[in-house]
Amino acid sequence: MDKLYIFLKYFFIVVWTVFVVAPFLWALTTSFKDFQSVNGGVTYIPWVDFEPNLEGWKVLIKSPAKGGVDIIEPYFNSMFVTCTASLISIILGTLSAYALSRYTFKAGFVKNNDITFFFISQRIMPPIVLSIPFFLFLSSINLLDSLTGLIVVYIVLLMPIAVWIMVDFFNKVPREIDETALIDGCNPYQAFLKVVLPNSIPGLIVAGMFCIIFGWIDFFFAFILTFTEVQLLPVKIVALNSSVTPWWSLSASALVSVAPLIIVAFIVERYLSKGNLSGAIK
Amino acid sequence: MNFKHKYFFLFPGLFVLIGILIFPIIFVVRLSLSGWNSYNPGLDYIGLENYIRLFTDDPRFWESFFRLSFLSVTTVILQYVIGFALAHMVWKDIKFKRFFRVLFLVPMMTTPVIMTVIWRTFFHESLGPVNDILSVFGVAPKWLTDPVIAKFTVIIVEVWQWTPFMFLLLLAGLLSLPKEPFLAAAIDGASPVRKFIYVTFPLMAPISIGAIIIRLIEASKIMDTVYVLTSGGPGTSTETSSFYIFIKGLREFQMGYAASMSFTYLIIMIISLTIIAKVLTKVLLKE
Repeated sequence: MDKLYIFLKYFFIVVWTVFVVAPFLWALTTSFKDFQSVNGGVTYIPWVDFEPNLEGWKVLIKSPAKGGVDIIEPYFNSMFVTCTASLISIILGTLSAYALSRYTFKAGFVKNNDITFFFISQRIMPPIVLSIPFFLFLSSINLLDSLTGLIVVYIVLLMPIAVWIMVDFFNKVPREIDETALIDGCNPYQAFLKVVLPNSIPGLIVAGMFCIIFGWIDFFFAFILTFTEVQLLPVKIVALNSSVTPWWSLSASALVSVAPLIIVAFIVERYLSKGNLSGAIK
Repeated sequence: MNFKHKYFFLFPGLFVLIGILIFPIIFVVRLSLSGWNSYNPGLDYIGLENYIRLFTDDPRFWESFFRLSFLSVTTVILQYVIGFALAHMVWKDIKFKRFFRVLFLVPMMTTPVIMTVIWRTFFHESLGPVNDILSVFGVAPKWLTDPVIAKFTVIIVEVWQWTPFMFLLLLAGLLSLPKEPFLAAAIDGASPVRKFIYVTFPLMAPISIGAIIIRLIEASKIMDTVYVLTSGGPGTSTETSSFYIFIKGLREFQMGYAASMSFTYLIIMIISLTIIAKVLTKVLLKE
């Protein structure tokens, strides 16, 4: 019985690992292929099945005028939009989450939980519902096809995540530490900045990681709200997926886009193993 | 702590969110009562005409909605079962525990559309590795062009992409469970299976509900995967609600009609997710 269980366990883990890794391996080998080794039949092993070359990687940094793809600018655009929107969301979300965790609000039938729910419920909103008014709204104030416009939209996507994680986190930080600070003569803002925040760094990091993930992986709003002036990475890469797809540069650019978030996976795992994520979903 | 300071903490975030959202939401409702399209762009008033058309004369919308329900429920169930199994396996000590934990998290960190482009080459009918390997067995499924199989291709990609999120939530839950019930079960000499059924699973019920609801919310938005993988095709066989609204609104520029669809869709989503949450709470917590 026990042996069977252990066998099944490792079997399942191996199968899933293969499934997880397969597309990455495929992208990695494909990125070194040329036209012939992609279209002449399926090839797998470099040097055996096909002769690897770096063409797929080289075109990524060439300018479009020379037949390249140039993903450098979209890369930095994506990073800038993701980081700015995450930062603003974290700052505003943390302040609101602190208020919701420490103070009681009451306005008619609206209480703390309802306000928290209002924040989180924005995740229920299907992007398509917002996309049409955002499209018309941003074009009316000339922010269509601009980084600022995207950042504004991303704040709506990311702030609910920040509030969701931080409310639970602040609920676990003992109230006594703010009270002691207040007794010691801090005003509420000093108590928050000097005592509560330093004790909430794990929560802030987890919230930040989630904001970065969900900002970085968004395609839909970038796709609808930007055209030529500003391009984000996912839009640029998907645009390669045309009638004659250059599989090699597509694979190379996909790997480049995935790379920075692998670091995020390590950070998330670290905080997960320390037990800092547990409160977030109850 | 009863000063007005609390408002200074709460209001910046709240007002920014409301400020950004209030216009779009009111505008969607108003737009849905207009006949805005590419010939006639403007906010005229045509009453409930769009809604009447939607409820009486547009089977394609309802088909896409049922297709979406099927796809999201199937993927979330698969993600829950697989995610729970994986989380349970790397919860206790196994070799290379942290390596597997990171590895199982990686897919959710990747951009869905970009990985979908890779999946497209992966499932390519003549040049992809899947059919090349399957050709040993003499079968060559049309992964992207068969109306039935294409649905399962979408499901496979979604499961690959989002099982890690389920895994993350459930593993976080498992790691937060109290130790005492497991000690008690160990003293009673319960078998692993019984321990799972009588201790682990009931303790995980509230976390499971949270995780399933969160994933259902996210899964109901599925659209960019479909857009890249099959473009809703073949025909309309993988078209989801969001994608249909997208075609009507931002491809055919029937803004008014698309707005009425998206508003209806939003209301349906809120109602059905509330019901699902209530039902799950009843079933899993046996209240």
